[in-house]
This record gives sequence, structure tokens and C-alpha cells, in this order.
Amino acid sequence: MSDNQINKQAIPANWKPRIAAFFCNWCTYTASDLAGVSRLKYPATIRVIRIMCSGRLDPQFVTDAFAEGADAVLIGGCHPGDCHYANGNYKCLRRVHLLKKVLKQMGLEEERLRLEWISASEGKRLAEVVSEMSEAILKLGPCKVKQVVEHYEK
Amino acid sequence: MSHHKEEIRIGVYICHCGHNIAGTVDVTGIAEYASRLPNVVISKDYKYMCSDPGQVLIGQDIAEHKLNRIVVSSCSPLLHEKTFRDALVKGGLNPFFLQMVNIRENVSWVHTDTDDANLKARDLVRAAVHRVAYQKELTKKKVPVNPDVLIVGGGIAGISAALTMADAGKKVFLVEKEPTIGGHMALFDKTFPTLDCAACILTPKMSSVKKHPNITLWSYSEVSEVSGFVGNYKVKVTRKPRYVIEELCVGCYACVDECIFKEGKFPDEFNLGMSKRKPVYLPFPQATPLVAVIDDKTCIHFKTGKCQQSCAKACDRNAIDFNQQPEVKEIEVGTVILTTGFKAFDARRLPYYGYGKFPNVFTSLEVERMVNASGPTEGHVVLKDGSKPKSVGIVHCVGSRDEKTNKWCSRVCCMYSLKLAHLIKEHTGAEVYNFYIDMRTPGKGYEEFYDKLLREDVHFIRGRVAEVSDWATTSDEEGKLIMRVEDTMVGMVRRIPVDMVVLSVGLEPRDDAQDIRKLFNISCSTEGFFLEKHPKLAPVDTFTDGVFIAGAAQGPRDIPDSVAQAGAAAAQALALIDSGHVELEPNTAYITDTLCSGCKSCLNICPYKAIAFDDEKRKSVINEALCKGCGTCVASCPSGAIRQNLFEDEEIFSEIRGLFVESI
Repeated sequence: MSDNQINKQAIPANWKPRIAAFFCNWCTYTASDLAGVSRLKYPATIRVIRIMCSGRLDPQFVTDAFAEGADAVLIGGCHPGDCHYANGNYKCLRRVHLLKKVLKQMGLEEERLRLEWISASEGKRLAEVVSEMSEAILKLGPCKVKQVVEHYEK
Repeated sequence: MSHHKEEIRIGVYICHCGHNIAGTVDVTGIAEYASRLPNVVISKDYKYMCSDPGQVLIGQDIAEHKLNRIVVSSCSPLLHEKTFRDALVKGGLNPFFLQMVNIRENVSWVHTDTDDANLKARDLVRAAVHRVAYQKELTKKKVPVNPDVLIVGGGIAGISAALTMADAGKKVFLVEKEPTIGGHMALFDKTFPTLDCAACILTPKMSSVKKHPNITLWSYSEVSEVSGFVGNYKVKVTRKPRYVIEELCVGCYACVDECIFKEGKFPDEFNLGMSKRKPVYLPFPQATPLVAVIDDKTCIHFKTGKCQQSCAKACDRNAIDFNQQPEVKEIEVGTVILTTGFKAFDARRLPYYGYGKFPNVFTSLEVERMVNASGPTEGHVVLKDGSKPKSVGIVHCVGSRDEKTNKWCSRVCCMYSLKLAHLIKEHTGAEVYNFYIDMRTPGKGYEEFYDKLLREDVHFIRGRVAEVSDWATTSDEEGKLIMRVEDTMVGMVRRIPVDMVVLSVGLEPRDDAQDIRKLFNISCSTEGFFLEKHPKLAPVDTFTDGVFIAGAAQGPRDIPDSVAQAGAAAAQALALIDSGHVELEPNTAYITDTLCSGCKSCLNICPYKAIAFDDEKRKSVINEALCKGCGTCVASCPSGAIRQNLFEDEEIFSEIRGLFVESI
């Protein structure tokens, strides 16, 4: 039996993923507003936390979100070259590269952490990314990090 | 997490936003749920929280229930954070004890499954309740506003804004890329719906700009660098060399007359290439400033170095200077108005209309030049062979309302097509056919103008033209351009032979709109026009404070709307200037000395060079005036010594915890 099958069996009925989303104020958060104003539809899986710049993303925000029970983390920033603060998004990109390696070593599936450049005008893109990601996480099932953390805390 | 010194008393307010939120989210249920969350003293739902009674409600509760933290769950904080912060201040609380929850744009407007939406709304409210407990008192820093203003783009919008600002006593820098101001409006002969002469209303304004003591006009110039922030922008403007000393030139044309080229040889930009100019030229007789330009790409002197320089000899004021170099002007302004205008759709992108292939297929702008008395044909609408057309077909929506090119309606084309139909008929007496999808004539006197045209014997055919070809199938079609169209009124495909086709091209964002956007740190909407802060409540503001937009750079619009918008942008800039100062969002980073290990890793992270190293103390120091509050250094500090106001670690960590903790 592969890991995949174990996971599949473990997915509770009616379970829906919860995705912590860190969006920069200027591009991706504004895109989420635009998606709203345009009445685009996407699954109610993301929980947005607004930060001024994706450069503010402390890797601990991500690890903490997983530890608290997030099934996935989505980070949204301005496109390369478009950062409101010159280059904070590049700093974020560097951290995400490292984070991905760390999370992989912890046994987390790659799909659970995603970084996307979504500009203020890309409300549609935002809705697509959330839909795609929700579908991918739905297949993966709940993230077990919280259980593991709780196990060790006992 | 740290202990709170004071007792936390939170008030939670869930807004219905009429049916906008309440239609999807169970607002009373959420309010009831929130009342059971930790530290929540009172939790209410209300029809419109942003309304006066909604705001008063918060103030009353602060007093009555001794609230010291407020959560408002309504629309996006980008829309109403200021409103609710003000409500806190009125209630006697520090404005930064507010946390907003976006349950409209981020929940009710984007989700259809009410169970999921309610679950999400509950999570978000819970996160905010957790976060707000950690929020602290902050004060906004006040900085003075430089009263000078920069206006980029000298079309009718830029001209109007400049004159309004200058008349109000402000010093204006008007920067125009082309050798003259006037923009697209300077190309037109008459304007709809009044048919008043464009030059008669524009050129006096252009000369007012030139004469105004408060306006510094830099034509043939471009903004090359922008730094600073609202109220205090530092801007570099590069003045391209025109090889003519502006202060000396009087626009007498002596240099043009004496140029070694006896006739014009190069496409004249102002006439869209329909006439020729010399390497030394004036764009048009009313150009402002009325100063000659030497085009170094075509001038013999610059190409070979072997010209006898007859132009320089002809100038009795010694205004010609072949050694002119680009000059960089540095200015400081408090506000910026961007009025960079639009680009006309390139009709070559739709090859089935034959533009560029058939000589008698013209764009609407070319016909504008033709009907203009000062244009290349001196006001005669003629075919390429010089003869008068007997029949003319005008195709609406070329590069507009089209899935293949631009989806948007360009707003002005119906009206200018009607105007051209009238003018062409007046000038030539030809049969004129308008091919339209829908006639869109909203505006004062516009529908009446359409009505007038209907009675002028102009033909109206409802249908998008499929093709313009020269493939004659009958003797009537021989030598003509055949317009193939489905006439949706009669439900049949028709072939209409004409002598001349006019393509009513739509309005597009300029090619350099993206460069300008990046320079001024603003956003564009999906199609590439500048993005306003709010389509209804802040249509001339941008997300960058102190930068305003007006005219067709923000979206297709006609002259009256551009002028009105320019006035609005000027008023917004004036309001900012006359208030004397701006309050900056207190989201700057700061360093806790005792934690800083002096590793210097933050120094190179800051894009604004706001962090310095104190060699004596061996600690990093942040210059608050330079910090823009991105928080990148905060996330990178390995000792956790750098923190950010408004986005403190514990605020964000508690928000994360609040999202997922199953408290009830």
C-alpha cells in the first residue's frame, strides 16, 4: 500500500482544506479585493493574512501556520520587478526556496506551500490559483503536522 | 506570548452591508459566535457599519462598555479602515486598536457555499479577535507637504490640471514627452457634439500654460527617476536635446525655410505620416512652446557631420546649438498628477480591414487630420489619388468590444464616428455608411447629435464588418473597396462598395504606461490603464498617496470627462497641499537594542538604505524617516531584534493561531 493510499483513506468525509494565505498589501491583497468586486467565485478555503510586503514573510509564519493546523500555505506577492518596495518579493522568493527544502525534510508534500506573483489587476488569476490549490490539497488530505506537534507536546 | 498589562475588552461589529454580506453570511450567527470568544465584551451586527449611526454605535459602546479594542468585520480595510479608525478616535480610543475583517470582498462576494463562507467568516473573525488583543497604541507621524506639483503629460487633461493648480497659486512642473503640448486634442478639427473647433478651445489654453508665471513647462522631456513619498517626492526629469535654445527661439521658421532639404522628406509625426517634414521643424503652427526641434536621426549634420548648417546661419538669434546634451533637472514636489493619455489602436492588427494594404483605408485619426484646415490636405477629404470620395464607409469598434483585441468599449468612437460622418458629408457630399454594433451616445447633447445625423441622410447599418476587400464580383464593385457585413437589422449579408473606408480605432493604454506605472509605484488594471484607488469613491486617487490620475490614461474617455477628471485630480492635490501636512502610516520598523547582535545582516536587505550601523554601540540603527515599512528587515533579523509597528510578530502569530484554534 502506497503512502498515497493511506492518505486517501485518511481523508474524512466532507473535509475541506484550510489554507493560510499571506498576501502583500499592494498586489495580491488588492487582487483579492478585485476578485470580490468582480464577483469571481473560488472555494472558501483560504484565510488571508495581510502583510505590507511579501518580504515581511517570516519563515516562521509558515511553519507556525502548519503547526497550528493549516493544510497548506499560499504566499502572494507582486511580480518580479513590480514590488512596491523595490525588491521585497525577491527576498521572499529566497526564503521560500529554503523553506521548501525544510518542509520537504519534515515530510510535507511540496504542493502544500505555494508562492505566486499576483498583481493588483489579476483578480482572475487569484481565483484560479486558489481553485487549483484547493483541488490539489483536497487530493492530498489534511496536513498532519498539527497532530505530530500535539503528539510531542503531550 | 506576553502578558497584557491592562484588561482587554473587545467590541466586535459585524456589518450586513445591506444584502452584500448578509445575503451570504449569517451575520447574526457570527455576531453571536464572536460574543463567546475570549476578551469579547460585546458583539453586534448592524445593517451599515460605515454609516453615521454605525460609527456612533462604536463610540457609544466604547464609552458604555469601556472597550479598548475594536474588530469591525465588513468590507476590505483598503476601503474603510480610515473610516473606522476615525470612529475609534471619536470614541476616545487610539485608532490603531482597530482590526478589520474583510468578509465582503474576501468572503460574501466570492463564495457561494454558505456553510463554507460562514466557517471562513468565523475563522477570520476569531483570528482578528486574537490579533487585536496584541495591538498597541501608535501615533501617526506628521510630515509637511511640499506645495509644488508635477504633472506628467500635456494633453487636455494635463493642461487643465496645470492651469487649475497654477491659478490656485501652486508651482506646477508640466512635463511633456513630445516637442509640444496639446496631446491628441490638438489633432482634431471639431469636437462632438457641439462641433466647436478644437483649436479654438485648446490653443488659448496652451498659450495660457506657456504664459502662466506659476507653470514651468518642460516639453520634449521625460521623467527618469522618482523617489520619496507623499508630500515629499524627489523627481528627475530628463530634457532631451532639441538642439535649439528654447529661451532664444521665437518660432520664426527661418531655420526651417533655410534647411538644406528644400522640401520635407521625413514622415511628419503630427500629421501621422501623411505629410513630410524637414529634419528641423515645428510640429504645427500653434505648437507650445513655439520652438523648433532638430531631429538628430535625420539631420545631415548629425548623420555625416558635413552639413553647411544653413539653419544655424539663418537664425539671427543664434538659437541653434548642435552641441546640446540631455539635461537632467532635479525637482522636489509634494504631489503628482499623471495625465499621460492613450494610444490609438493599431489598425494593422486586424488585417481583414486592409489597413496598410489598401491605400484608401484610413484610420479615424488620419481623417481627423484631413478634415482639419491646417492638416496635410488643408481640410479636404480626399482619396490617395487626390480625388473626392463618392462613398465612404465608417467601421465602428475597430479594436474595441472585440474578444480578439480589446474587450472594452472605447467610449468615444460612436460619437467621433458620427462627427466624422457629418464632416465628411459636409466636405464631400459623399454617401456615408456607419457600420456599428450598438450606438453608444450617453452624454449631454450626444443622443441629440445622433438624432441629427439620422436626419442628415447618413446610412446606418447594424453589424460588425467582416472584411474589406477589392475583390469585385459585379461591375458596380469594380475599382471599389467592398465592405462585407451582416446587416443584423435585415438579417442578411450585404456587400457595400465604397471609395474610402474609415476605421474608428479604439483607445488603448500607451506603450510606456507600464514604465510610468513602475516609476510612480502605481498599479494598472487588467487592460493596462492606470488603476484608480476606488472606481467610485476615489476615481482619481491611486494606491500611492499623493499620486493622482486623470484623463484617458485611466481609461477611455472624451474631452469633457477628461477635463472634469483633471479638475478632480487638481482638487485632490490641492486638498493635500492646503492641509499643510500628511500623516504617515506608522508601520515603520524599529530595533530593540538589547536583542541586536550586531550581525549587520539587515543592512543590505533594506532597499531604502534606512538602516545604518552604529560602530560604537555595535548595533544597527533604523532611520525612521527613510523607512517605508515593508518589514523585509524584520523577517530577516536572526535575533528577532527588529520589529514592525502595526505588523508585530505577536500580532501576526496570534492571527495565525486565531485562524486555526478551535476555541468553541
